[in-house]
Amino acid sequence: MINLLLFPILLPFFFAIILMFFPKKRFTQRIITIVGLLSTLIAATILLITVKTNGIQAITLGSWPAPFGISMVSDMLSVLLVLSSTLITLIVVWYSFTSIGKAREENFYYPGVLFMLTGVNGAFTTGDIFNMFVFFEVLLMASYLLIVLGGEKVQLRESIKYILVNIISSALFVVTVAYLYSVVGTLNMADISVKISQLGQPGIITVIAVLFLIVFGLKGAIFPLYFWLPSTYAAPPIPVLALFGALLTKVGVYAIMRTYTLFFTLDQSFTHELLMIISILTIIAGCIGALAYFDVKKIIIYNIIIAVGVILFGASQMNEASLMGSIFYLIHDILIKGALFLLIGVIIAITGTSNLKKMGGLIKYYPMLGWTYLVAAFGLAGIPPLSGFVGKLLIIQGGFEAGNLWGGIVILASSLVVLLSVMRIFIYAFWGEPVEITPLTKRHYRGLFTPAVILVGISVLYGAGSEWLVPYMSDAADVMLNPSQYIQAVLGGA
Amino acid sequence: MEIVMCFVIGFLFMAAVYLMLSKSLLRIIIGTGILSHGAHLLLLTMGGLRGSAPPVVSPGVTNYADPLPQALILTAIVISFGVTAFFLVLAYRSYQELETDNMNLMRGSEDYD
Amino acid sequence: MKTNDVILQTATKIIFFIIFLFSIHIFFAGHYTPGGGFVGGLLTASGIVLLLLAFDLKTVMTSLPINYTVMTAIGLLLALATAAGSIVFNVPFFTHAFDYFELPLLGKQSLHTAMLFDTGVYLVVVGVTMTIIQTIGADD
Repeated sequence: MINLLLFPILLPFFFAIILMFFPKKRFTQRIITIVGLLSTLIAATILLITVKTNGIQAITLGSWPAPFGISMVSDMLSVLLVLSSTLITLIVVWYSFTSIGKAREENFYYPGVLFMLTGVNGAFTTGDIFNMFVFFEVLLMASYLLIVLGGEKVQLRESIKYILVNIISSALFVVTVAYLYSVVGTLNMADISVKISQLGQPGIITVIAVLFLIVFGLKGAIFPLYFWLPSTYAAPPIPVLALFGALLTKVGVYAIMRTYTLFFTLDQSFTHELLMIISILTIIAGCIGALAYFDVKKIIIYNIIIAVGVILFGASQMNEASLMGSIFYLIHDILIKGALFLLIGVIIAITGTSNLKKMGGLIKYYPMLGWTYLVAAFGLAGIPPLSGFVGKLLIIQGGFEAGNLWGGIVILASSLVVLLSVMRIFIYAFWGEPVEITPLTKRHYRGLFTPAVILVGISVLYGAGSEWLVPYMSDAADVMLNPSQYIQAVLGGA
Repeated sequence: MEIVMCFVIGFLFMAAVYLMLSKSLLRIIIGTGILSHGAHLLLLTMGGLRGSAPPVVSPGVTNYADPLPQALILTAIVISFGVTAFFLVLAYRSYQELETDNMNLMRGSEDYD
Repeated sequence: MKTNDVILQTATKIIFFIIFLFSIHIFFAGHYTPGGGFVGGLLTASGIVLLLLAFDLKTVMTSLPINYTVMTAIGLLLALATAAGSIVFNVPFFTHAFDYFELPLLGKQSLHTAMLFDTGVYLVVVGVTMTIIQTIGADD
C-alpha cells in the first residue's frame, strides 16, 4: 500500500462528496460523517504505526519522478498532527449533533467540516510548497463556508474581514513562492532544502524566510499579525470555533516549523532570532488580551495566541529538547483548546451568555462540569501531570540550553497568566451567587457534555502517558533537526 | 522585458492597495482581484520570460518556455476565481442583511464589552 | 416597461448550441493542444448564462432541470474515482494510463484515463459556476 499516506486526505474528501448528494437528510448525514471520520482515524493510526516501524513515507503523485512531480511526505510530525486533527474533528462533529442546529446541518455543514479536514490533513502531509498553498486554499474555502454558515449579522460582518485578510495572505504566499522559485528553481520542499544549502543562504533567501514568516504568521496569528483573530473567531457557533481554534492556527504554526527547520537553517542568528523575539511578543500580547476581557470566548481565544507563541519559541531554539517540547505542546494544544472550547460551549448553552459578569454559581447545579473544566484549565496552564506540563518543561529546558534565559522566564510567567485567566472563568462562572438559569434538558446536556469530557479525558491520558509518547516525539524532532532524512526519503539516495 | 513587467506588477499592487484601503466593499473586492493578478504576473515573471517554444519535447528545439510557472498560475487563477466569486456572493448577502457596503459601518464590537 | 428582446432570444436559441458544441470541441482538444475540462466547462457555463440573459431563471430551470450541486458532486466523484483507480493497481495516486485503440468511424485514437478526470473537472466547473450565478440571480 504505497498510497497509504494519502488515505487521511482522500477519505474525508470522498465522504464529503457523498454528503453533497443529499444535503437535507440530517440523520444520514450524521452517520456518514461519523463513518468517514472513523475510517480516517483508522487510516491515520495505521499510518502512524507504519511511519514508526518503516520510517518516513513518501510518494510522488502521478508516478512522476521526485523533484518534478508533487511529493507527499508523511514523517512523524505530520502523521501525529494528522491523527490529532482527525480525532478532534470527530469529537467536534459529535458535539455538533446537539448544538449546531437544523438549519446549518441541512446546508452543507458536515461537507464543510470534512472538506476542511481534507485541507488540513493535506497541508500537514504535502511535500511541495505550491501544493501546500493549494491545500491552504482548500481549508480556507471550507472555513469561509463554516464561518459564514447561518448568516447572522455578526457572522457576515466578521467573515468579510476574515476573507479579506486571507486573500491578502494568499496573494503574499503566491508572491513568496514566486521569489523562491526564481532563486532555487524548484518547488519540491526537499529539493529546495538541498538547493538552499548549496547556495549558502544569501540575503535574498533570508528575505524569503521573513516573507514566509509573514504569510504563515497571518494564518497562525503571531504578533503583530493576530489582529484579525479574536473578533473573527468569536463570530461563528461554538463547534466551528472549536475546530478553528484547535486546527487552523496550528496549520500556520506547522508551516512555520516546517520551513524554518527544513529550508532556512543557515542564517539562524537572524531568522531564528527574529522568530524568537516575535514569539515572545506574541506571548505577551496574548497574555494582555487574555486578562483584558470578560467574555469567555475571547479569553480562550487569546489563549490560542499565547500557545502559538510558546510553540514557536520552542521551534526557534532548534535543539532537541525544545523541538520535542514544541511538538508535545502543539498536539497538547490541539486537544486542550478543543476541549476548552467545547466546555465553555456547554457553559454558554446553560447560561445563555458569554459574558462572565452575568454568570455565577453553576457549581451548585452542574458540579461535574465545574470539575471537568478545572482539570482542563489546569491542563492548559501546564500543571503536572496534565498534558501541558511536559511540553512546556522541554521548551523551557531547550530555551535554557540555548542560552535564552529571558525567553524561558517569559514562558514561565505566561503560564501563571494563563492559569489566572482560565481560573477567572472558573471563579466567575462556577462560584459566587447563583444566577437565574434555565436548565438544559438532560438529553441536551449529555449530548454536549459527553464529547467534551471524552476530549478532556484524552488530554489527561496524553499528559499521563507522555512517557510512552517520547519515542514518537523524539522521532519527529529528529527529522526536524536532521533534514537529511526527510530529503533522502523524498529524493531517494541522491 | 522583465524590468517592464516589474513596473506593471508594481503598478497593479499599488492600485490594489489603493482600492483595498477604500471604504466601499465592491472596490475592496476589485482590489483583491487586482492583487491576485499582480501576484500571478509576478509568478510568471519570476519564472523567467526566456524561451518561446512550447514545453513539449520535439527535435531541434532548445529554447523551451518554463512550463511550471504557467501551471502554477493556472491553479492560482482558478483558486482566485473561486474566492472572488464567493466574496462577491458574500458581499451581496451582507449588503442585503446589513444594509450597507461601507466598511466604516461594519466595525463590530458592540456585542462584546 | 417590458423590453423587446426578440432578437436576443432568437439569436440565443441558435448561438447556445454553437457555444455548447464548441465547448465540447475545446474539451476534447485538450489532450494535445490548448483546451480541456476547465475551459470547456467555462464555455458551457457561459452558454447557459447567455440563456439566462435572454430568458429568465424560471424558463431556463424548466428547460434545463439540473441540480448543479449534484452535478458538482458527480464531477468531484468522477475525478476522485479516476485518480483513485491507481490505488487498486498499487501505483502512486494520479498515475494515468493510456493506450491506442481502433475505434469505429474515428480510426486510431489514443484513449486516456486522464480524460475521465477531465470530464469530472468539466462537470465541476459547470456546476460551480452555475451555482454561483444562480445564487446571485435567484433573489431578483
